[in-house]
Amino acid sequence: MSEAQNPATYVAPKARSLFEPHRLFLMAVAAVLVFCVAWFMRWDWLPRYQERLIYGIGETLLMLFSTAIVGFLFAVPLGLVQVTGPKPLAWAASGFCTLIRGTPLLLQLWLLYYGLGSLFAQYPEIRSSFLWPYLRQAWPYGFAALMISFAAYEGEVMRGAFAGVPRGELEAARAYGMGPFTLFRRIWLPRAIHRALPTLTGETVLQLKSTPLVATVTVVDVYAIISRVRQETFLTYEPLLLLALIYLCLTGILVFAFRQLENRIPTRGA
Amino acid sequence: MDATLKLLSLWSPGWGGVLLTGLLHSLQVAFGGYLLGLLIGTGGAAGKLWGGPILRDLLEVYTTVVRGVPELVLILILYYAGTDAVNHLTALIGLPSVDISGLAAGIFVIGVVQGAYSTEVLRGAILSVPQGQLEAARAYGMSPLLSLRRITLPAMLPYALPGLSNLWMIATKDTALLAVVGFAELTLVTRQAAGTTKAYLTFFLAAGALYLAVTLLSNLLIGLLEKRARRGLVRQGGA
Repeated sequence: MSEAQNPATYVAPKARSLFEPHRLFLMAVAAVLVFCVAWFMRWDWLPRYQERLIYGIGETLLMLFSTAIVGFLFAVPLGLVQVTGPKPLAWAASGFCTLIRGTPLLLQLWLLYYGLGSLFAQYPEIRSSFLWPYLRQAWPYGFAALMISFAAYEGEVMRGAFAGVPRGELEAARAYGMGPFTLFRRIWLPRAIHRALPTLTGETVLQLKSTPLVATVTVVDVYAIISRVRQETFLTYEPLLLLALIYLCLTGILVFAFRQLENRIPTRGA
Repeated sequence: MDATLKLLSLWSPGWGGVLLTGLLHSLQVAFGGYLLGLLIGTGGAAGKLWGGPILRDLLEVYTTVVRGVPELVLILILYYAGTDAVNHLTALIGLPSVDISGLAAGIFVIGVVQGAYSTEVLRGAILSVPQGQLEAARAYGMSPLLSLRRITLPAMLPYALPGLSNLWMIATKDTALLAVVGFAELTLVTRQAAGTTKAYLTFFLAAGALYLAVTLLSNLLIGLLEKRARRGLVRQGGA
């Protein structure tokens, strides 16, 4: 059968060769641009801050993965009770998701840091407790805000994923005599995670893009380091361009890693 | 309780009026940025679908970069670059350098960020219009522009609305990031009010309630809009 050429269908650029003439031209332009940026802008500060930048990237990644993993652990029950839980629990969970998703993360972060932080300081019981050395620092508040936000967004995703697992699979598991917990552990949860994986990629990238907010409450991540560079060197664009490049690379690596993970799970058809 | 009400009162010793002005600024930026984003998105989607190879690649770079870099960083870069560019332009024409209002800069910044996302939403929606309808329009002798206006745009609307409403929610929440560059929107004035009065929890909770009210109200309106856009469509998903 001959393939009819349909002019209206869109062909994704990636599907075609990387080395078409116009693309070589674009690459040349890009190379010139990169050269100009490297040559005419000031980069002499880079070696001085190299160590701190690497430390900052590590801190950003630590923030990302710790909040995503803990947040996901909260998201599973949040999604599950919305699908099967008793009505009051389901309402509470969906209310929580709406509340968090309906307000800006920056506001939540400042509410926790300034609001709760000032509240904690008023109570001598808290001030004298073993938790106080931690509560005086900024990172617990940043961690809590990012974690809660991830749990709420991902809880909504998991709700859809749990609801979308075909009934027949659950019935088959029940017919095998699996108890509710075995069924959840062996069938429902893995299938739901599998379904949610593409969205999980997107949410994790969004989470990475939210991490610089914690710099506004004095957590030292890569964004905070770059802000320090900007203050000390009086440069506007160079540090910001480098920061954008760093985040772009991190996003790329993240998307690539998740795609590998997705490919490892066998799927039928589609 | 009484003290709290006094703090939130609309008149001068209270900060309620300040908060509402901040909310107004937030909504202005969100609305302007959203519209600008739609404009960019329409152009971007058209370019990605029907543009030449170079335009397509450039648009791909635009959407990839915007979606891969944190909004906060983009806002900083665009805020400085945008005001710089305008000042260079005015200097070139020979005018004195102008002070760009935070509002205009904010709308520009939010618009550029939103544009990348709405490009993708609109592109997907246009692609999901059934081919047969476009062929029918062509068979009726409609010119491409006419069929775009009469068929493609109205027919893609139900597919685009969920994505576009999502973008509106993101736009309202992204305005909070402008606090970092010192634009007096709701989040920043809240922090100023809280810092002045030391009533941190009160003000942050009040601002949260305002944001939530905007979200819930938008949800309501969007629900009505979607119902209207979907009229006459076969309901999807069976049952």
